[in-house]
Amino acid sequence: MTLLGFSSYLIALGTMSGIYALLCLGLNLQWGFAGLFNAGIAAFFAIGAYVAAILASADSAVHLGGFGLPVALAWPVAMAAAGALAWVIGRICLTLQGDYLAMASIGIAEVLRIIIKNEEWLTGGTRGIAAIPRPFETLLPAPWNNLAFLGLIVVLVAIVYLAAERAWASPWGRSLRAIRDSDVAAAAIGKNVAQFRLEAFVLGAMVMALAGALSAHYFKFLGTTAIEPLMVTFLVWVMLIVGGSGNNRGAILGAMLIWLIWSATELLTNRLPAEWITRSSYIRVLLIGLLLQVVLQKFGKGLLPEKPPRLVGERRETR
Amino acid sequence: MAALSDFINLYLLPGLVVGCIYALGAIGISLLFGILRFAHFAHGDMMTLGAYLAIIFTASWGWSPYAALPVAVIGAAIVALGLDRAFYKPFRRAPGIVSVIASFGVMLMLRSAIQLIWGVDVKTYDIGIRFPMEFGLLKIAPRQVTIVLVTAALVVALHLFLTRTRLGKAMRAVSDDADLARVSGINVEQVIRWTWIIGAGLAAAGGVFIGIQTKVHPNMGWDLLLPLFAAAVLGGIGRPYGAVAGGLAIGLAQELATYRWFSDEPFVDPGYKPAVAFSVMVVMLIWRPTGLFKGRS
Repeated sequence: MTLLGFSSYLIALGTMSGIYALLCLGLNLQWGFAGLFNAGIAAFFAIGAYVAAILASADSAVHLGGFGLPVALAWPVAMAAAGALAWVIGRICLTLQGDYLAMASIGIAEVLRIIIKNEEWLTGGTRGIAAIPRPFETLLPAPWNNLAFLGLIVVLVAIVYLAAERAWASPWGRSLRAIRDSDVAAAAIGKNVAQFRLEAFVLGAMVMALAGALSAHYFKFLGTTAIEPLMVTFLVWVMLIVGGSGNNRGAILGAMLIWLIWSATELLTNRLPAEWITRSSYIRVLLIGLLLQVVLQKFGKGLLPEKPPRLVGERRETR
Repeated sequence: MAALSDFINLYLLPGLVVGCIYALGAIGISLLFGILRFAHFAHGDMMTLGAYLAIIFTASWGWSPYAALPVAVIGAAIVALGLDRAFYKPFRRAPGIVSVIASFGVMLMLRSAIQLIWGVDVKTYDIGIRFPMEFGLLKIAPRQVTIVLVTAALVVALHLFLTRTRLGKAMRAVSDDADLARVSGINVEQVIRWTWIIGAGLAAAGGVFIGIQTKVHPNMGWDLLLPLFAAAVLGGIGRPYGAVAGGLAIGLAQELATYRWFSDEPFVDPGYKPAVAFSVMVVMLIWRPTGLFKGRS
């Protein structure tokens, strides 16, 4: 592998890790902070991706589009759309206990996938949306534009991370943790449980939508394969559990580590004989499933376990 | 008369058959929720596993799928016991939601193992073409009769097991109050083992029926998950009889929704059948989360 090839591989690796880090941070807001079991991450990712792609892509005879909006406008709209969907779902489902929310959210993601597959006038169906512009693409020459896009993702991850850290230490975060650990007790001291849950759910969904929008603009093509529950919902859950739910750094670490394993094993298995290459992708899924089980049983709290924020005035040594 | 005949033969009967298949899967989800207190997300893949286990015998030795069915049921039950021992037993004392995450992992592993062993191509059982029997307006395929009758027999057997046997009564006791059952000397681990055997066995039977009815592919378990959950929620989760009613209702609702009710066009596009199941589930969750038959909240 040449140096240029290797560095562009690293850039691609970093870009995808960043997108997954955002998904993990979003899920951590819902599951780690508030204990909301969202099994339909793909739904919010898809809303973000499709709204951004439709707003920013060129005109097409097949699907809705041709608005040519700049990403600075398309992405916030995409996030708002996912937030609105999350608000509606949250109003209906958040009073339900864990397993019910999991069933309902997986249902929402599936129905959305069916809509995206069937409504060609809107999404291009299985043919998808092509020619989605990538930021910096025409601005800079070949390796630098990709590096600039990676830089943008790193900045966005940093912003979301810092905001989530602030939220974790804030009274808002503390209330969410109280609700997560015992909603009855939290309600008894006067916390508006439904409102707090709804806020965490909507915010998490918006972060997931940002990841979706970034992914659409990164690949420049968006089809139904991009919103497969395996690659969006379940891989993200594995990442958060491995990294450590309830810990924003754990979320980012999990995303980077699992994505590194995922893509490095792809590199490895591509050297296998041809008849094994198609099968190897299933071996990878099998191993990822097994890794999840091992981490759940041996490191139940993940690599970076959750810890409460330092209290004001508390000294470092005491911890 | 042709319209009525079409309605019965193309919508009502297929709906009933699909409903039976959903019922067989939903019983397991409901029983497992009652005993182990978690939603088993890998249950659709247990059905896929049953369908593929039967393929070993139909493809290699030319067995009839009906002969392969009991073997597939036993095979799936054994696999389920192994999966429970390895991946669910460590979390008996943990919150149920941890087991749900573990079932995500089992789901990924089961599906990828099936893809690895049998490949990703669509498979069939090679039953050959059997002409439907005609009774006046009715046109019934022999396999439809078999599926409905075998399902009915299995449900009756389950009913007798739950009401007449010591083990079945113990199972209901654990479902009602696990701690009380334990202190009254019921072997809870044994009950859990039998819950897996029954749940996975019925799921495998449902999977084989899907293969008999249409075709088998590795992702079919995922597509089944939504209707199965909808059926379990509709019947009141934790209630096996409710799951049977819920399965039939969801199967019928999905098929009947595509009938040309108000115009020459299908009322609901057939591509949106899973959305019908989902809508029923959401309405139930809002209106009565404990289900029609007062399940667990």
